[in-house]
Amino acid sequence: MALSIPASLESQLDELVTHYPQKRSASLMFLHALQEHFGYVSNDAVEWTAAKLGLQPINVYELVTFYPMFRQEPLGKTHVKVCRTLSCALAGSSEIRDHFCKKLGLNSHAHTPQTTPDGKFTVEFVECLADCGSAPVVMVGESVLSKASIADADRVLAAGR
Amino acid sequence: MPEQYKLILKHIDQPGYTPDIECYLRHGGYEALRQALATPPRDLPDGKQLSPQEVVREDVKASGLRGRGGAGFSAGLKWSFVDRRSGKPIYLICNADESEPGTFKDRQIIHKDPHQLIEGMVISCWANDVKLAYIYIRGEMPQGARLLNQALAEARAKGFLGKNILGSGRDVEIYVHRGAGAYICGEETGLIESLEGKRAYPRIKPPYFPAILGLYMCPTIVNNVETLCHVKHIVTMGAGEYAKLGTPNNTGTRIVSLSGDVKRPGYYEIQVGRVTLGELIYHENFGQGLKAGRSLKAIIPGGSSSKVLKAGEVFKLNRKAADGQMTKVDVPLLDLPYDFDSLQGAGTMSGSSAIIVMDDSRSMVDCLANLSEFYAHESCGQCTPCREGALWLAKGLHRLSHGEGRKADADYLQHIAQNIQGRTICAFGEAASWPVLSFVKKFREEFEARGAADEAARSKGAGPARDLKIAASPNQH
Repeated sequence: MALSIPASLESQLDELVTHYPQKRSASLMFLHALQEHFGYVSNDAVEWTAAKLGLQPINVYELVTFYPMFRQEPLGKTHVKVCRTLSCALAGSSEIRDHFCKKLGLNSHAHTPQTTPDGKFTVEFVECLADCGSAPVVMVGESVLSKASIADADRVLAAGR
Repeated sequence: MPEQYKLILKHIDQPGYTPDIECYLRHGGYEALRQALATPPRDLPDGKQLSPQEVVREDVKASGLRGRGGAGFSAGLKWSFVDRRSGKPIYLICNADESEPGTFKDRQIIHKDPHQLIEGMVISCWANDVKLAYIYIRGEMPQGARLLNQALAEARAKGFLGKNILGSGRDVEIYVHRGAGAYICGEETGLIESLEGKRAYPRIKPPYFPAILGLYMCPTIVNNVETLCHVKHIVTMGAGEYAKLGTPNNTGTRIVSLSGDVKRPGYYEIQVGRVTLGELIYHENFGQGLKAGRSLKAIIPGGSSSKVLKAGEVFKLNRKAADGQMTKVDVPLLDLPYDFDSLQGAGTMSGSSAIIVMDDSRSMVDCLANLSEFYAHESCGQCTPCREGALWLAKGLHRLSHGEGRKADADYLQHIAQNIQGRTICAFGEAASWPVLSFVKKFREEFEARGAADEAARSKGAGPARDLKIAASPNQH
């Protein structure tokens, strides 16, 4: 197996397992941690998780395909999520998403996350991010941009280049 | 004058108020927990005696607290359904999977006052003999998860959490569990499956009522973030005083999330039923009205799953007259008190208390197309009517909003929606259907006109002409 898990990460995961009466419960938290570390969830990561938690690989793989946040391929270095749902749409979120796609040469009609060939950006249209009072909402990595504007988008683009 | 009443939000957004435990303690934090742990047993008139925990459970029931997540069910009754004789451990889960479009109230508590939630949870755990609890937080709130973990560590270090809390001899442990972007995890049995490490396929009820067969097939309480915070205030104030807030059967306060076409969107805490829908949208203390030159077209009153209300509607509501008799009175849309019962009386629901306002520049076809795409994306795929139907609705509306509609689409959409609702394991079927049924019923002429215009254009040989727009915004696809 090509997967190399640093000892600190493994002990962090071992600690997580103790939070639950049944080991299987830790699988989502495992996938989050592995995705944070490797950038995506590889088949090796699925098999490693399954072995660690005493599961069949399919028990873990079916989570990766069910939950939208898990990725099976690497993301761009800057991950941009633009909210698509109603309150943000009313505030013009599709303009912002289109602007990102246009500037980066990505397909703004696609339903799936789009990554630039140089691996610098991934742009994704996502469902409600639960910050509708600050629409339109954009997440860049883990931070939330409230009342995002085209100028904000340009700043994100400049910072990620 | 209609005003905010800040009980849960009391300190949130105050200058200098930070989410750490020292700040919380300076503001009287964890006093309610001490008070709860010191609750004396209560003698009843029939000679029986309630244990301290039973006293708190009874007080939560007597306070009239109704769930703030969406269903508005009595929190005290929900607790009373818990199977306490099974001998199995009882679990408590805080539902922090805030995902209903339009809702952003729990986010404020989690990020700005996490200890308030933790205190409410520890009291609720103690009162229900729960030793192990989880906070199931949306995957999209990584900072919130970190803040909660930090707050839990602080609470543990101070003895408010962990073994033998405050020397009471009771153990309570709470862990944070992160979701991963699936709306269905807000449904309590879907959430439980997800917490067990599975796909979030909701369970069928009966037999899988969480109070009896929940997490690991053990009795389980699932409460919303805001609901659990209220427990703390019920302990502090006493059930009687708490119940004086709000209106009868709609007690306490509620944080309303206001978004869409208003000048001042935001979160506003009100006494339930003491402020009207119109005041929330127009009053200077709340939304401050619509943008210049615009008039009201429609209101989604309780999260995107609630049935839409049309400007100018008048509802017949039950009111108690001076002589105690129930009578029907006419209540115009904007005069509806914002509470559970009034909105139910108006044929919709206050749901997650999220109001989305749409002005006269908006196309109802396009707004509904946006919402239906959400439900098509979020259907978990377990039940055929929902998995297929939600997608058909989205496709039909996509077509209608892209210049390829038919006049008969209004009927077509209603037909599909009627065949989803009531035919699924969980309430997602209704959540996907109700927007469609209500939009098409109340704005039928708009849907038919759009379809008729497309038919006319096609008969002249012109191709599809229109892109999906929500008023002035550009293409979605």
